[in-house]
Amino acid sequence: MMMCKEATRLMSLKQDRPLTFQERLSLRLHLSLCGACRECDRQFTLLHEAGRRFGPEHDPDQDDDRP
Amino acid sequence: MNEKEDRLQRLTAVRPRLVSFALMHLRDRNQAEDAVQEAMMSAIEKSESFAGRSGYETWVFGILKYKILDAMRAQKRHGRWQPLEDEGDDDAIDRQFQQNGRWRVDARPSSWGEPEAAFESELFWQVFDACMIALPDNAARVFSLRELMGLSTEEICRELGIKENNCWVILHRARLRLRACIGKGWLEEKAP
Repeated sequence: MMMCKEATRLMSLKQDRPLTFQERLSLRLHLSLCGACRECDRQFTLLHEAGRRFGPEHDPDQDDDRP
Repeated sequence: MNEKEDRLQRLTAVRPRLVSFALMHLRDRNQAEDAVQEAMMSAIEKSESFAGRSGYETWVFGILKYKILDAMRAQKRHGRWQPLEDEGDDDAIDRQFQQNGRWRVDARPSSWGEPEAAFESELFWQVFDACMIALPDNAARVFSLRELMGLSTEEICRELGIKENNCWVILHRARLRLRACIGKGWLEEKAP
């Protein structure tokens, strides 16, 4: 069974690339049993969203206006 | 008000946000101010090329991103960075986990409440800002490129000349540090 430390590695990775099937499965299993890690997962997601809001509004058309 | 004045006014209004954005990447107030200055100048010069499909502020941020990337390359070239591979200390991890890989009792994550409530709170952003500043330089740079600038880890690796695996390790630690720092500042202030 995967421990919390390893689970946070996958939670972080999830923000940067799609997880493999195996990774997704073990993360989901761990999260279903661990409330602290579920909070951590929400926090990483919130950090991701905070980063987007800190800068400009993300706008899919933005690239067209590249100087 | 004519369009030119309107844009100057909007530039002035967005300037503080541009500076803190640049500061998170460059970790140096003077260089951040310089990058913003250059971006604002070029926004004024190239004002006609703004096509108006995105917001004006977004467009200016777009210009600033290129200035920041240039400045980061220069910093790196001039040897102002610690080696990125040399992220030896595992403090972020050691402080939050026990030997067996479980959370330490004093580091267990507790709820930050609704994300929307956090984003609407000025305090949250003050804490976020302070915690970003408190990150080690390299962790802050990689995190900023990924989450603030929205580059993929692949792009970051190309930009910084590091392996993607390295990048993921740095991001994992940066996120752990940030969550611990924000958790402290945000929750303690929110419910003293």
